[in-house]
Amino acid sequence: MGATGQAAGRAATIPAATTRRRESPAARVGRLVAHAPLNLFLLLVGVLWLVPTLGLLFTSLLPASDIAQEGWWKVVAHPSVATFDNYRAIFENSAITSALWTTVQIAVGNTVLLVVVASLAGYAFAWLEFPGRDWLFVVVIGLLVVPLQVALIPIFSLYQSTGLFDTVLGLILFHVAFGLPFGIFLMRNFFVGIPKDILESARIDGASEWRIFTRLILPLGLPAIGALAIFQFLWTWNDLIVALTFGRNTQPLTVAIFSQTRQFGSNIDLIAPASFLSLAIPLVVFLLFQRAFVRGLLAGSVK
Amino acid sequence: MEASAVTAGGGGGARRSRERLVPLLFLLPALVFLGVWLVYPTVRTIVRSFFDRSGDQFVGFDNYKALFTTDTLTTAIENNVLWVAVVPAFVTAIGLVFAVLTERIRWSTGFKTAVFMPMAISLFAAGVIWRVMDEKDPAQGTVNASIKVVKDAFGGGGVLTNAQGSTPQLVGSPQKGFVLRTPVRPGGTAAMGLTAIPPAEVPSSAAQAVAPRPQAGAIDGVVWRDFKPGGGRPGVVEPGEDGLPGVTVELRRASGGGVVASTSTAEDGSFSFGGVRPGSYRVGIASSTFSEPFTGVSWLGPKLITPAIMIAYVWVWAGFAMVIIAAGLAAISREVLEAARTDGATEWQVFRRVTVPMLAPVLSVVFITMIINVLKVFDIILSIAPASSQDDANVIALAMWRTSFGGVNDFGLGSAIAVFLFVLVIPVLALNVRRFRREV
Repeated sequence: MGATGQAAGRAATIPAATTRRRESPAARVGRLVAHAPLNLFLLLVGVLWLVPTLGLLFTSLLPASDIAQEGWWKVVAHPSVATFDNYRAIFENSAITSALWTTVQIAVGNTVLLVVVASLAGYAFAWLEFPGRDWLFVVVIGLLVVPLQVALIPIFSLYQSTGLFDTVLGLILFHVAFGLPFGIFLMRNFFVGIPKDILESARIDGASEWRIFTRLILPLGLPAIGALAIFQFLWTWNDLIVALTFGRNTQPLTVAIFSQTRQFGSNIDLIAPASFLSLAIPLVVFLLFQRAFVRGLLAGSVK
Repeated sequence: MEASAVTAGGGGGARRSRERLVPLLFLLPALVFLGVWLVYPTVRTIVRSFFDRSGDQFVGFDNYKALFTTDTLTTAIENNVLWVAVVPAFVTAIGLVFAVLTERIRWSTGFKTAVFMPMAISLFAAGVIWRVMDEKDPAQGTVNASIKVVKDAFGGGGVLTNAQGSTPQLVGSPQKGFVLRTPVRPGGTAAMGLTAIPPAEVPSSAAQAVAPRPQAGAIDGVVWRDFKPGGGRPGVVEPGEDGLPGVTVELRRASGGGVVASTSTAEDGSFSFGGVRPGSYRVGIASSTFSEPFTGVSWLGPKLITPAIMIAYVWVWAGFAMVIIAAGLAAISREVLEAARTDGATEWQVFRRVTVPMLAPVLSVVFITMIINVLKVFDIILSIAPASSQDDANVIALAMWRTSFGGVNDFGLGSAIAVFLFVLVIPVLALNVRRFRREV
């Protein structure tokens, strides 16, 4: 923890810490009372923000016989009715388990590939001299906001004719391409900040650009690489539209669940636990790497 | 000159071409990806948008005309206009308020994590979450259940929905209220038995009804559910028959006129009007005791579907705005704020005249980012809106997909919609490029 907007938190606590030392107990009580409405309000808002997600979790724990009629609060009121049967059922459902595996392949595969391609290009834009460099980078920035809808139809046709349609590889390649403008932007901006002396001395020592890139730039760039990786992982784990367009039998979790939503009420015993499963993994990744996630967000809030 | 340049450049030329080659090698993978998956398709889509659905016939601007004349598509455009007008401003404002307020609490990290968390969740899963929240039946949907609780707590809803008098003595209807035929004098009693009450509506606090005992100067009575398994005798309070708590009882003069006194029944259904002046009175049950049963707001129906999805969307993105703005806030120098406070500015003035203007660049980044996001909104609509209200919830990105891949399979019109979407983000594209140009 201590990561989200950590800079803001730090700045806010410093003056508080200095005043706290001088404060008498009475003054402290007074301040607490004065802040009570604010604390209460924010507590309420915080709870309000958590309820929807917890609601889905509790819904998924309702017995299949209740789930279509009862609200999630039944689990809170009568914890004894909670059951993992719905989860057991989805783990025995081969459509869901294979969708989970497909999701992992897509998310991990495209993230690794993207990080490699974006770092290479980011380095070139940051430290290699070539004609038209700035002009080309402007093009990359322009591509940042291109809606992926623009590419769906031509790529659909392209995939049909090249056999990439309905394959994990096809989905991975599409995600890498659409992650690239942001990836290059992020990596280039980070690499530019590396002190020039380090690079110059390595070049004078006769190190090749490849060697500089792998031995110097990549290790130094780890924070940015981490931010980009987490971003892209979450982005693609959560994708629906791309997989829905370029897949039929190659279904990640989102698509597998989506295909059940036509009978939302009668399939809720599958939809609720499967949805929670699909959001639990990004949630864990996010909570573990909040700091890197926020860093990526701050660096590239233009996407 | 030429010759010497060639000879001198012998080794150098090779090195120079090698130097040229190295950047290309670093860039090549990225250029292939961007070329094949972004640049080529964009050009191809623009060209395709001028051809008919089969792709053989050039149709000029016909697809664009269809875009602005087909009903579902104009709905999509209108909805998107609404999205752009409402959501970015809302998200930015909420993010600003949260960012400023969390600076004043100790547990800001916990708060920020809670609000930011939905960002990690897919918009699709967020849609599923809110579809469960927005279920119409108050027994299931969280939002409607909360509305019901609030309604019941503030007496907006009556305790009962339907009833009738158990004997001809009690006349009236739930709409008009009930009244006892026989007038009552101080020292008398009023027993009002009701039947035809759905068992589920008998409040769980209801206790065994007690027949009223006369008291001097007072009118005592009971309102009870004059029914028990097997029936019982109408008009008589019997064991096994529960009182009806929370019923509003009114006292009027028998000669006519307004309500003299009103009270609410206790758990055993009893009530008492004390200190009643001598005279003849009528006792009755107020119509406010009864209300239409609350069956839930139809959030997912055609009328409210777009606002319902917007609420879910704000829930997702408020955390993003908060985090970006909080980072901007941290960068504002404390001295400026302190100086304003020392000069006697109120907290509101500091916020309005110092904080907000200094945050303007950050706020505009959040606002613009949200405009782009909102223009591309897709997944969350597909997962919240049931098939029956998808036409009403339609937006441009969804219309593009449904036209191209959702059964209609008109690639000509689909391309035109995609191009339209692209045109809408071009101002932002230009803005980004200009901002970058200024930095370099």
